[in-house]
Amino acid sequence: MSQAKWNLIVDVANCTNCNLCALAVQDEHVENSLPGYAAEMPKHGHRWIDIQRRERGQAPMLDVAYLPTMCQHCDDAPCMAAAEDGAITKRPDGIVLIDPDKAKGQKQLVEACPYGAIWWNEELDLPQHWFFDAHLLDAGWKEPRCVDVCPTGALRSVKLDDDVMEKLAQKEELEPLRPELATKPRVHYKNLWRYARCFIGGTVSEERDGVTECVEGAEVRLLRAGETVADTVTDGFGDFRFDRLDPDSGTYTVEVTAAGGTGRREETLGESVNLGEVRLGT
Amino acid sequence: MMFKLILWGLSWLFRVARWRYPSFRERLAERNIVVQIRTEDGSAGRYLEFVDGRVRSGAGLHPDPRVSLVFKTAAVGARLLMPPIDQLEQIDALKNFLVRLEGPDEDALWFAQTVMAALSAGWKFGRSMGDGTTRFCTMTNGGPLFVYVKDGKIRRTTPVAFDKDDADTWTIHARGKAFTPPRKGMLSPHAMNWKAMLNAPNRVMYPMKRVDFDPNGERNIQNRGVSGYERINWDEALDIVSGEIKRMKREHGTGAIAHSNGSHHNWGNIGYYLSAKLRFMNAIGTTEVHHNPDSWEGWYWGALHHWGGSLRVGGGEPFGAIEDCLENAEMIVFWSSNPEATSGVYGGQEGTIRRGWLRDIDIEIVHIDPYYNDTAQFLGGKWLSPRPTTSPALALAIAHVWITEDLYDKEYVATRTKGFLAWRDYILGVEDGVAKTPEWQEAETGVPAKDVRALARKWGTKRTYLAAGSMGNAFGGAARNATGTQWTRTIVCLMGMQGLGKPGINVGNLQLGVPLDFSFYFPGYAEGGISGDLNNTALAGALYQRMPQLPTMNPSTQKIPRLRLPDAIIDGKAEGFLWDALSMEGQFTKIQYPKQGHSPVHMLYRYGTAILGTLSDSNRFVEMYHSPNLEFVVNQSIWNEGDARFADVILPACTSLERYDIGEWANAGGYGAHFHSQINNRIITFQAKCVEPLGESKSDYEIFSLLACRLGLGAYYTEGMRDIDWVKRMFDASDLPQHISWKKFVERGYFVVPPEAPELRAPTAYRWFAEGEKKNVPEAMPLPGDYTEQFLEGLQTQSGLFEFESSSLKRFAPDDPERPPIPKYTPAWESSDTAGLEAYPLRLMTPHSRYSFHSHGDGKDSFLNDIPDHRMLVDGHYYWVVRLNPEDAAARGISTGDLIKVFNDRGAVLCAALITERLRPGVAQGYESSAEYDPMGEPGRSVDRGGCLNLLSPRRSQVKNSHSMANGTAMVEIAPWDGVVEYERREPVSAGGAA
Repeated sequence: MSQAKWNLIVDVANCTNCNLCALAVQDEHVENSLPGYAAEMPKHGHRWIDIQRRERGQAPMLDVAYLPTMCQHCDDAPCMAAAEDGAITKRPDGIVLIDPDKAKGQKQLVEACPYGAIWWNEELDLPQHWFFDAHLLDAGWKEPRCVDVCPTGALRSVKLDDDVMEKLAQKEELEPLRPELATKPRVHYKNLWRYARCFIGGTVSEERDGVTECVEGAEVRLLRAGETVADTVTDGFGDFRFDRLDPDSGTYTVEVTAAGGTGRREETLGESVNLGEVRLGT
Repeated sequence: MMFKLILWGLSWLFRVARWRYPSFRERLAERNIVVQIRTEDGSAGRYLEFVDGRVRSGAGLHPDPRVSLVFKTAAVGARLLMPPIDQLEQIDALKNFLVRLEGPDEDALWFAQTVMAALSAGWKFGRSMGDGTTRFCTMTNGGPLFVYVKDGKIRRTTPVAFDKDDADTWTIHARGKAFTPPRKGMLSPHAMNWKAMLNAPNRVMYPMKRVDFDPNGERNIQNRGVSGYERINWDEALDIVSGEIKRMKREHGTGAIAHSNGSHHNWGNIGYYLSAKLRFMNAIGTTEVHHNPDSWEGWYWGALHHWGGSLRVGGGEPFGAIEDCLENAEMIVFWSSNPEATSGVYGGQEGTIRRGWLRDIDIEIVHIDPYYNDTAQFLGGKWLSPRPTTSPALALAIAHVWITEDLYDKEYVATRTKGFLAWRDYILGVEDGVAKTPEWQEAETGVPAKDVRALARKWGTKRTYLAAGSMGNAFGGAARNATGTQWTRTIVCLMGMQGLGKPGINVGNLQLGVPLDFSFYFPGYAEGGISGDLNNTALAGALYQRMPQLPTMNPSTQKIPRLRLPDAIIDGKAEGFLWDALSMEGQFTKIQYPKQGHSPVHMLYRYGTAILGTLSDSNRFVEMYHSPNLEFVVNQSIWNEGDARFADVILPACTSLERYDIGEWANAGGYGAHFHSQINNRIITFQAKCVEPLGESKSDYEIFSLLACRLGLGAYYTEGMRDIDWVKRMFDASDLPQHISWKKFVERGYFVVPPEAPELRAPTAYRWFAEGEKKNVPEAMPLPGDYTEQFLEGLQTQSGLFEFESSSLKRFAPDDPERPPIPKYTPAWESSDTAGLEAYPLRLMTPHSRYSFHSHGDGKDSFLNDIPDHRMLVDGHYYWVVRLNPEDAAARGISTGDLIKVFNDRGAVLCAALITERLRPGVAQGYESSAEYDPMGEPGRSVDRGGCLNLLSPRRSQVKNSHSMANGTAMVEIAPWDGVVEYERREPVSAGGAA
């Protein structure tokens, strides 16, 4: 029988690091104890919703992305396996809940979460997490606080049957964070490549009438082991960028062909790299 | 007869209110007094006896009334007391001595306010949510909030989301797409921080006195900022402050008391500094600490002279710029424009929604900023990274490409502008032998010449929006550094070359110009609220006619340029120029302090937010507080932070969540006309008293009222009103009653103004000008007398045309090398090329903060501390963040999270390092305005760990003939923290005097 369950969709391309989500969590949970759901959140030190920063490339070819992270509400949650006395439960609507009474003293739960999303409340001797504002949803709210305040739609909550959610995930190219963990998270990421993958970029120039000019429309090919991986043309600033490459994915060759000549660079890719100026020669 | 009847009715008003409302019963029990109401000749009258919470009334005269309300005749009394009360008649009667109030101020005021309380006892504020929670509404600097309160405590705050009873919103159709904003207010980060701010551990809970300050003995001025405080009671505090006010006037004379505030306070038209505070300061006679046009510096002192706009502080017209940009622009160039950090100003993240639409259309995006800013992060695009303060050179090089490659609008230049040839000759090098080529600029800016050529060619061939500054046509960024006037001047001249106002060719960054109903009247804060000040606010424009009030006039005309306040106190003299927005020439008026015949300042009344962290060369302000010339400092503050710690007496003010007010989101009125066009839907809020004031704190209005009573000014200051009564008066004065009842307004807490009908939307900015038509945008500026030919024809400039060569500057100071009639580039007087500054090789840029709003929201042990891009926790302390490039960091052995000393000759600040590729080598970045100033040793001579980067910024004006901050950039060195706390402050070589 089908059962609608909560999911959170995080669009990395829309997160500007404004932190309203994190602030709304503090507003909701600091000095507010919610019997049956959670104890109050300490004023400082907990980021139930945290935001990771990733800079890709080097000035002046740069991309900066932010990755909101929080309890992933895994269907196969490692924390549940590590919990004693049934301190962590999975609700029928998909939400993972840490019982504020039963979980007392269970510091092992912090380590049990591979996403680092369980926070230790020193004062209360209690593990805590972002529990989807289940208390509000139960009271009829349509969405958790973090979604309510997000100005860009970087956070979106949907309550769907799992099969519908799966189709949505396919359609919007949603991915789990760290799929290798196979924890079946209920948090799904869109445009994760902005955070997790790499680019090789650069800018093409040439000498013309005694001055240096950007070369627009130069053909640029990216090769690995002799095979063309991708091709593009330079924009009006002579810039090109091959994105969505895997980090540490080997040695690449960049070949530039334009009316004014050719250029070539080799790069062993670790993290994203701005090759800088590729001056056309003959 | 009528008079007697009404008086009899009045006694019944009290009885009925007492019977119905417990809160009114409590109020009645506050005092036992007899109030007499009578005619001047005593021929008619009735007295009211308030005894132990009961009211007795008798006809005739009482032998010993405490308070008397005296009308000239019975007819006058009947007219003034007959409901409905006509405010204009009341004010008129007061001004014409038809009515007066006798008796001790406190008692008279109590009676007057009790009358008001009887009339309002039945008002119900907020919406009951059914579970014991009440939902109130408030307005903040970062947007409106629902405030949920249970058992007297704030349970949560949320954005204001509209419901079915609220107006619908608008849709813009552009390029075959429809764009509609959400029906909800999008907040700034600092707006979601109020629970923490309200309950901050550094709230001032009681009146405080510095332990070693004795107003009648040893004042120990040298210990300001060092010694601690002791609690005193309100009577003691009010006696000291009112006593000092009187003493100043008695011993020193007019002008001895100066008042100073930050540029922003808690939101609200009643309790604001241009309202309640100004009313009081005029009433007692004070020296105005005259504000510089902060954050608009370069625009006001620069761009203004080419395109007018004095009433917009030098900024451009806002109208229609959203629709035009989305429909017509092919490229948008964000130039020192980071609205995602500043929210425009007050704008929450409303503009974020609209800028997000840029990603849905085919438009090329370019960012020019030394820092890869938050807007670039959000939108992507090409990033050019000039060294701080060098942008004017880049602008000139763009013009050079356009001229040499024939890429500008020659027809527009010929018909709509003036003085182009002079500027062209300068750019081509005819004037000085230096052609301002892309190669020439590369040496200054570090931006490759090829990139500038490529940009110029795109810009010269595509319909382009210039997104300049955080508002798109003004504000922040490069306008705040040493070359700020050069930057604004050169970039608006670029628009003059491309046809400002033609479709898709304009200034804006989708922050201003939302298609709202601008005819709906609700005043902004600079319309002066209850100030009564017709000279120094925009009150005379519209509000005064709608909300009559007793006018207030300051008997002292002495002013101190704010940035020169320390000079005025320490050296006894200071100079500057006026910020007088009425005309372009207003700014040419020189301020001389002291003013002839006035007393120098010996008392400082500080009010509002902490500003030490926002003012350049802050150590000079620290020094000022130790000057023996400053005999008394009172600070009326919510939090004990920043400059409050240098006061002799601290008066505890409450926040706007603990008192009543009324205000519209981002509506600043005269200070920034149409600022609310940043907001997707006009939202006007009844700002409820959500919780009782903490400790013994009181509203600013009440504090001023109590002081006024001690000076015999109680009735004059208050007009017998409580703050809630003023709120009601402002509601009545606005267009709100045409749409919503008072009862419903205070229950719902907000009103959404319906959007403008599509066919009635304001025309696009400057389109009229480009097409040579009469001005048709809905703004009452410039003044009618400031048009040259026919009314509504042309810009504010002398010629009415866009002036590359400024007539106003030519008239004022044609040979001023810093501000010549045509815009030129002169390297900043404090840069890496300045001789003598070799020890400080890093250009530290200090833009407006992202998470706090200046000092608002920062410190206070608030939630913002947990945002690692705002402050970083190191060894138990939250340090201000300074960013630097990996190359600079490596050369100094610095990693992210390290404590670093950021320093120059002016001072030193201990910060936490954040290593980033978002800056080129040689440039560091940290926000401008921490709330905290936390010297580790002696104030002014020791490292600050509060994060006050303005300790390092120059106090010199951008150009001599101005009163402007140039604190956007300072030359510094950064080193790993060496633990050396004390330093010797020196005057840097670039100081160039205090001009």
